[in-house]
Amino acid sequence: MKVGIIRFPGSNCDRDVFHALELAGGQPSYIWWNHRNLSDFEAIVIPGGFSYGDYLRAGAIAAITPIIEGVKKIVKEDKPVLGICNGAQILAEIGLVPGVFTTNSNAKFICKWTELKVKTNRTLFTSLYRQNEVIKMPIAHAEGRYYNDEIEKLHDQDQIVLTFASENPNGSLEAVTGVCNEDGLICAIMPHPERASESILGSVDGLKFFKGMLKKL
Amino acid sequence: MKYDAEVKISLKKGMLNPEAATIQRALSLLEYQVENTKTLQIIKFSLPGESEKNIHDEVDEMCQRLLCNPVIHNYEIKITPQLKDE
Repeated sequence: MKVGIIRFPGSNCDRDVFHALELAGGQPSYIWWNHRNLSDFEAIVIPGGFSYGDYLRAGAIAAITPIIEGVKKIVKEDKPVLGICNGAQILAEIGLVPGVFTTNSNAKFICKWTELKVKTNRTLFTSLYRQNEVIKMPIAHAEGRYYNDEIEKLHDQDQIVLTFASENPNGSLEAVTGVCNEDGLICAIMPHPERASESILGSVDGLKFFKGMLKKL
Repeated sequence: MKYDAEVKISLKKGMLNPEAATIQRALSLLEYQVENTKTLQIIKFSLPGESEKNIHDEVDEMCQRLLCNPVIHNYEIKITPQLKDE
């Protein structure tokens, strides 16, 4: 199944995501930020990196590029969109998921393995996990502290996808590090499932994110 | 007519500012005891327009669409007419 991986200047997890999507049984291909039409794809992944040098705010400039029109259109066609790390920051900047990922509370770039809790399995991406299952995936970001002034709404609408299970390394509100939109088809997560997608990497826990996403297709 | 625009972006009250906290700790290493440290971002540019009001509205739109994130930011806009072309 055809999955588009969006590339911006400064994206750097695109090839890792490509590999993970192949492992999950998908047919990935890259698409550059200046395209508008994504209708050939059945699903979209916005990978991590430092699009536009993180200038202004992480994800702010990518959020106004032409391809975002395509992303908004594909969402209306009920096709899944996954944003990982910088991709998550971009989805939050566009407002396709609620809240914002901003500077870590300790102002440091944090790169480490983390234990995460899958808070909901109603999204395609998390449909192969058990609710409250604890999984292991790495994070690598300086701007990942989740903040939302309407966090209650996320509880009410079951929009919290991932939380840190033990320590909360970046000071995120209620340790939230993954959220989705209301219908669960757009998912933004700071941890990197592609870096936990084969045993040689230290964990295979992330692969189900991609397998789940491809399940419907 | 050309105008100078200045947008001053700050974090909303109560938002954690790790950069400011780090600066305040560094100042205390130098034995300066300060409180309420804040960091602000200032973006300046000039643009042509018909009136201060029009320019203000246009810059306000820029803030909403790109320069600020309304979830965490407050902003102030200052518009000054240029006396001559710079």
